Amino acid sequence: MSQASIDSAGASMGSLKSYLTGFVLSLILTAIPFALVISGTLSSSVTLAGIFSAGIVQILVHLHYFLHLDTSSAARWNVLALIFTLLIMALFVGGTIWIMYDLYYRMM
Amino acid sequence: MMTTDASSIDIAYNEEIEHPDTIAIQTFGFWIYLMSDLILFATLFATFAVLGGAYAGGPTGKELFDLPYLLVETLLLLFSSVSYGLVILAVHDSKKKNVLIGLAVTFLLGLGFVSMEINEFHGMIAEGHGPDISAFLSSFFTLVGTHGTHVTFGLIWMAVVIWQVAVKGLTSPVQSRLIRLSMFWHFLDIIWIGIFSIVYLMGVV
Amino acid sequence: MFGKLSLSAIPYDNPITMGAVGGAVLLGLAILGLITYYRKWTYLYKEWLTSLDHKKIGIMYVILALVMLLRGFADAILMRSQQAVAAGGSLGFLTPDHFDQIFSAHGSIMIVFMAMPFLVGLMNIVVPQQIGARDVAFPFMNSLSLWLTTAAALLVMVSLGYGEFSKAGWSGYAPLTEQQYSPGVGVDYWIWAFQIAGIGSTMTGINFLVTILKMRAPGMKPMRLPLFVWTTFFTMLLVIWAFPVLTVDLALLTLDRYLGMHFFTNTLGGNMMMYVNLFWTWGHPEVYIVILPAFGIFSEIVATFSGKRLFGYTSMVYATSVITILSFSVWLHHFFTMGASPNVNIFFGIATMLIAVPTGVKIFNWLFTMYRGRIKFTTPMYWTLAFIVTFAVGGSAGVMMSIPPADYVLHNSLFLIAHFHNVLIPGSLFGFFAGFYYWFPKAIGFRLNEDWGKRAFWCWLIGFYLAFIPLYVLGFMGMPRRMAHYANPAWHPYLLIAAFGAAVILLGIVFQGIQLLVSIKERRALSDPTGDPWDGRTLEWMTSSPPAVYNFPKIPIVEEVDAFMDIKEKGVAYRQPDQYNDIEMPRNSPHGFIIGALAFVFGFAMIWHVWWLAILAAVGMLFTVIMRSMDDDIYYIIPAAEVQRIENERYRQLGAIA
Repeated sequence: MSQASIDSAGASMGSLKSYLTGFVLSLILTAIPFALVISGTLSSSVTLAGIFSAGIVQILVHLHYFLHLDTSSAARWNVLALIFTLLIMALFVGGTIWIMYDLYYRMM
Repeated sequence: MMTTDASSIDIAYNEEIEHPDTIAIQTFGFWIYLMSDLILFATLFATFAVLGGAYAGGPTGKELFDLPYLLVETLLLLFSSVSYGLVILAVHDSKKKNVLIGLAVTFLLGLGFVSMEINEFHGMIAEGHGPDISAFLSSFFTLVGTHGTHVTFGLIWMAVVIWQVAVKGLTSPVQSRLIRLSMFWHFLDIIWIGIFSIVYLMGVV
Repeated sequence: MFGKLSLSAIPYDNPITMGAVGGAVLLGLAILGLITYYRKWTYLYKEWLTSLDHKKIGIMYVILALVMLLRGFADAILMRSQQAVAAGGSLGFLTPDHFDQIFSAHGSIMIVFMAMPFLVGLMNIVVPQQIGARDVAFPFMNSLSLWLTTAAALLVMVSLGYGEFSKAGWSGYAPLTEQQYSPGVGVDYWIWAFQIAGIGSTMTGINFLVTILKMRAPGMKPMRLPLFVWTTFFTMLLVIWAFPVLTVDLALLTLDRYLGMHFFTNTLGGNMMMYVNLFWTWGHPEVYIVILPAFGIFSEIVATFSGKRLFGYTSMVYATSVITILSFSVWLHHFFTMGASPNVNIFFGIATMLIAVPTGVKIFNWLFTMYRGRIKFTTPMYWTLAFIVTFAVGGSAGVMMSIPPADYVLHNSLFLIAHFHNVLIPGSLFGFFAGFYYWFPKAIGFRLNEDWGKRAFWCWLIGFYLAFIPLYVLGFMGMPRRMAHYANPAWHPYLLIAAFGAAVILLGIVFQGIQLLVSIKERRALSDPTGDPWDGRTLEWMTSSPPAVYNFPKIPIVEEVDAFMDIKEKGVAYRQPDQYNDIEMPRNSPHGFIIGALAFVFGFAMIWHVWWLAILAAVGMLFTVIMRSMDDDIYYIIPAAEVQRIENERYRQLGAIA
């Protein structure tokens, strides 16, 4: 039992290069939304879209470069669990927002 | 029912002893916990989405949030994610000293983040913008505070693991804890992306 | 210093409560006295309280569930007798205040402290054995879950004698549960009991999901898993992905109550419907959490006692997966009357109706399994047959209520009460009883007396119909739920029948008690020396009864669905291997028990606002977790010679029968 090593964790390993790539990408993806909001030059709908897309891309960058999620067999169950979680999140969050905003409009 | 034939082949049994791979199982179990925690945060985000506009005459996000301050907090957390990445590489190379240095740096960055957040909260409450003012502030403090509490528990955990690395060395159980803590730490950084995007930046637009 | 604690919080003036408390205290003292008299404290501590053995943890869960079943049933008897007498001019023997606490406690206990521990207990005993494993993935976390659940159950019990319980129903709707309307400690007892039990359940979920995914014996491919393992798997998905919503909902209510926040208040932007929304986002999956495992139990029993492979095994698995996904997407049907737009209502209405389809598939599969089988009418089979018929009735009532306009009429009436008792009692409790009788010989080593079992069964079944069918009629007559007193004399006869039904069920429970005593007395005649009393099909029947601590001296290789039947048919069962290897097992640990005890102290201190004690308990829990993580010597080795000795003894017994 004590012979098991860090390598067996599979999905949790990375290399210096992957961490640095992830770091640089994250810096850029953090800078974009902050710059958009602080400068305030674009219309608010474009700014919101910018914040949202930069956020989603940065989450993907973190998942790939820091948490090492990919399509390898070692990470397969982790990815499946994440996809299932996203499905349930979509149901819960989407459903809640739909229900509560619907209620809000009917009570105005 | 019984057989006395000693030469019979036990085809019903597995001859090899298969040890369950402890680290792999613990890592996977911890990942499932993180998924559960993700639902917890998703629920808090949903609550913020529903109540985030209920200012009830109190201050709005635009009046409260300080973006340069937020950027520093964000960068502290991002740097700590990378420094923890380097810890994992050092674990892989069995360099105990580098592991300890990397953990100490990560710990200080995380401590800086939590201190800044406490300072921000304290300032807001002192100015009379506490969580009991409006549903918006209740959901703001709870969502951001839950993340901060998670980071604080991460720091306590990190302190324990630093002590264990120093005393026990990089044994298999300690390695397993280091990997799980790294997942926890990166996960919290991902949640923070959601918080600074949806709560702060979108609140200011 | 002592928060809200005071001696006046003991309800001296209520003879019924004080009688119950007095009885419970005397019983407790008697048990403690007996343990002391027989000098069993060391045994109890070393072999049970600190045990990480999944079988012992399972037995303790089932004991907890049975104790809480008695408590929840006592509440039911009180409600039925109050409504049987409190008609017209008579106010009955319970004050409305007390009546409200009773129905709140009844619902909370039956779902969270009876059904949940019962199903987790059965899973603990059976699942590792069915997949050919020696333990669960995280044995320590398993013990921790047990003691957190027990601590939470103890909080509910303490509320009986000190302070009060919630008066806001098991669902605790805000804003009634806010500080403004419920300033007492009742809601806090409810919050902390649910919160602590919920955290324990989440850990159980992770534990069993990982166990099923990672600990299976070689050859135990997904489509060879016993159906109980499959339903456990899907139940655990529901637990892991739904319980965090309850955790958040309760935490937000706690923040409202303790820190004056405004999530669900009437003022300053709070939204009470958000509470209801989140509660049922967890609450609906919870319904399937308590029903799906029972579906698995019925599937095992139907196959075993029909002497056939389960009909439509694959469709059973897919039907369960469809129910799992659908159950995440129907929660609004619990509050159609909120007044959402037709679009919202119709979406959730149709999603609800759809659940009837995979459930129907299951019912047909069970029927076709029995078709042309050689059915053995044992007690577990009786419960199963009663379930199939009764559940179909309750399910149909549910499909009626899934139509939003119909729900507007039936909501909050006794029709609803009749419906969900009509699905939950046969759907989960009958299943747990069936599983209890089916696996009792495996866990303890002897079968239960069949005659008394069948007498108890008939009382339960007839009592059930007498108690709940009148409630359907009362629902149509317009009687609302949760009434401590009513003026309409036309309702009275039906409530008398319902009360009589509850009395018949009580007789059934008495018979179950007698059955247990008689069986213990006749344990030699009823003993199960083979480990396979029912000609079972799945791997748990391969081990001895009760199994050795390691379950399997050698891990079996699986080549078919119904693995043990396959091994028996190939004629290779009961052959002793030539040699054994060392076996590594987890050492017992007191940390789970200590954390559970501290969680109780923490909950109690939070309820009574004794802040220093709460902080002390929280720090204590953290410290205990750290202590546990410092200990790396968590396994011990059972030497091959010791395994050989235990197994030789088993094969000697087997030889004696042959």
